[in-house]
Amino acid sequence: MKFSVKAWSKGGGRAGVMQVGGCAIETPALLLTTRKGLPNFITPDLLSSLPDPDSRLLQFSPLHFSEGISLKTISELGGLHQMLGLKEHVFAAVPRDSIISLPEYQSANKMGASFETPCGRLLIKPAQYMEMISSMKPNMWATLADEVPAWVSEKRNRASVDRTVRWLDECITSNVTGGAVFGSIVGGSRIEERKRCAQEVVKRNVSGFCIGGFGLGESMDERPALLNAITESLPEEKPRQICGLELPEEVLQGVAAGVDLFDSTYIYHLTLGGFALTFPSDGIVKCCSCDELCDDVTDGTKINLKATIYRKDTSPILEGCKCYTCQNHTKAYINHLFNVHEMLAQILLEIHNTHHYLGFFRVVREAIKRGTFQEFRQNFVESRRDHIFAAALGA
Amino acid sequence: MALRFEILGRFNRARAAQLTLPHFVCQTPLFMPVGTQGTIKGLTTSQLEEIVSYLRYHASPECNHRFLVSLLHLADITEKGVTFQSPVDGKPMLLTPEESIQIQNRIGADIIMALDDVVKTTITGPRIEEAMYRTLRWIDRCIAAHKRPHEQNLFGIVQGGLDPVLRDICVKGLVDRDLPGYAIGGLAGGEDKDSFWRVVAQCTAALPEDKPRYVMGVGYPLDIVVCSALGADMYDCVYPTRTARFGTALVPEGVLKLKHQAMAHDTRPIDQTCECMVCKNYARAYIHCLVTKDAMGSQLLSYHNLFYMMKLSRDLHSSIIEARFPEYVYTLHVVFPEGDVPQWVCNAMEVAGIDISSCCSPFPSS
Ligand SMILES: [Zn+2]
Ligand SMILES: [Zn+2]
Repeated sequence: MKFSVKAWSKGGGRAGVMQVGGCAIETPALLLTTRKGLPNFITPDLLSSLPDPDSRLLQFSPLHFSEGISLKTISELGGLHQMLGLKEHVFAAVPRDSIISLPEYQSANKMGASFETPCGRLLIKPAQYMEMISSMKPNMWATLADEVPAWVSEKRNRASVDRTVRWLDECITSNVTGGAVFGSIVGGSRIEERKRCAQEVVKRNVSGFCIGGFGLGESMDERPALLNAITESLPEEKPRQICGLELPEEVLQGVAAGVDLFDSTYIYHLTLGGFALTFPSDGIVKCCSCDELCDDVTDGTKINLKATIYRKDTSPILEGCKCYTCQNHTKAYINHLFNVHEMLAQILLEIHNTHHYLGFFRVVREAIKRGTFQEFRQNFVESRRDHIFAAALGA
Repeated sequence: MALRFEILGRFNRARAAQLTLPHFVCQTPLFMPVGTQGTIKGLTTSQLEEIVSYLRYHASPECNHRFLVSLLHLADITEKGVTFQSPVDGKPMLLTPEESIQIQNRIGADIIMALDDVVKTTITGPRIEEAMYRTLRWIDRCIAAHKRPHEQNLFGIVQGGLDPVLRDICVKGLVDRDLPGYAIGGLAGGEDKDSFWRVVAQCTAALPEDKPRYVMGVGYPLDIVVCSALGADMYDCVYPTRTARFGTALVPEGVLKLKHQAMAHDTRPIDQTCECMVCKNYARAYIHCLVTKDAMGSQLLSYHNLFYMMKLSRDLHSSIIEARFPEYVYTLHVVFPEGDVPQWVCNAMEVAGIDISSCCSPFPSS
């Protein structure tokens, strides 16, 4: 893996290029959150309808395979690329996701990290984790971390940093794969611990960094200081990945602090709820003059296709959207699919939402390259806040 | 009439034809992968086109694939119409024959179905007779209400339960109306297999040669082979997608249960002879770890199962055209499993003029 920063925007934000698995991916980039290596709903043959190469990065948790298939079988099948028939895609392993492999700090101990998964609570030791990595052969992987929520004691937080750094050494020592190692950084809501962890990880032989412990109860206001403390401790020439920042505003926070890679948990949650992203690609949500739109159906950035007002709406989700769903189907059809409990509803929504969110990342990159990231972010956040506020008042 | 039905080959009662519809040209025998809600479980139109075009059916670009609309949750039937539960809000709705045609006229499918009075085949007595005569009375109301006969083909549905006399009256009545095609309804509802094939055989013998014959709600691969041997042309059934949701794949040997523990370390594809996207890319072990836990498991299995059914349709078609229909039937493991061929299959094949006596046991095997 190779990475280089191409542009900096005044007031935060960097645009770069990551060469990995035969693709050149522009950052900031979105990694598609998967379940067992495939998207939640989009079948593999439909992946090609998504923008390329933007959609090549697939994130998975090795813990997804704790049941139903053995590591030996995965090895026999040649690892994830072979097993999933996605040889041109880039797989990024992160022990946790924000959907079905959740960090569970209370059961972690000095031997290993603990996760809440559909197969029950699992205690994963570094050696076990590395067995998973070597049989799955991802292009890049984050080391095992002891992620703790914002409210833990100082002592527990310190222990999590100590463990995470020790496990990093264990992971690197037993690494037999060619995948790029992303060293995990924790430290909860304490700036000193975040710095200490980052400085320790920087000393090790890693290709990039995976910032953990976010989206775990910290407030949005305390994030910038924490994120900046971390990224200021990191060398510029290595990519930085983060887990747990979902919403566009959160992504923009991360980008401003110099984070390069994000996950797409947000799309999963939107899709399950029947929501389709509709904010304009320039990010500026026009203030709607008609009050009727400002109800629970839309907040100006997304619409709920389960709502009865779309029953007879024969327009696409978003006029001008180039995605497979908008090119072929109407809101009324998707509303109908939800009504009759057809999974095709989720498939079509996941396609649109993924397409749209990848578009958002492209706009972010362009803003950075133009040097206008700060204005972009401010406009985006403010217009969305106005809308959400108006929607809340109207409700 | 808005269709052309050209028979390209025959083997005794079996026929292979080309059916030209306003938006679609297809070859029969044909399994139509169309669900009851105007969609296929979990598959997009482009995936269907992918499956279909691989098998060299020629879909025109504007094809909407909505051949048929049938209604679920039938509740109460009177002379006025059918009261059913709305799939949208669950409220009872009365649907008259006229309205059912109006709705289908609006949707614009190439084939539309008459409203019929459906009774379970396992019911006996005067209700069967009532339903059959009502179906005949309703067909006239449907024909009168049909506003687009030059763009949409109205198929009448033969009812009459398992009673040959009633079936005969119904077929004659419908044939008198000279419809573009005919469906054989009221089957696949739990009747015994010997009764099932006899009704199909009776109806196909009495229906006009030059019109398509569609057996509704069928079915299993074996049923399709037998019905095709008896001269039926079209089928539709939710079985391939429903069984996929329970983790079952259709394979030449019968079925493969992907949930089975042995699949966890099976690195072979579902079916080594299948050329579908799933079999080209995925091992049984991976599908095993998806099935029943993740939506993707049933998605991938549905894809394979529909591909399997379309391939079966195509093979039936080409074997009839190439005058090797019996030879093809012999190769089918679903017809000739390890053990005895089911007696009903032997009986049906005898009527179809396909000599499989060497494979049938001389005495009914229980
Ligand atoms: Zn779209
Ligand atoms: Zn297959």
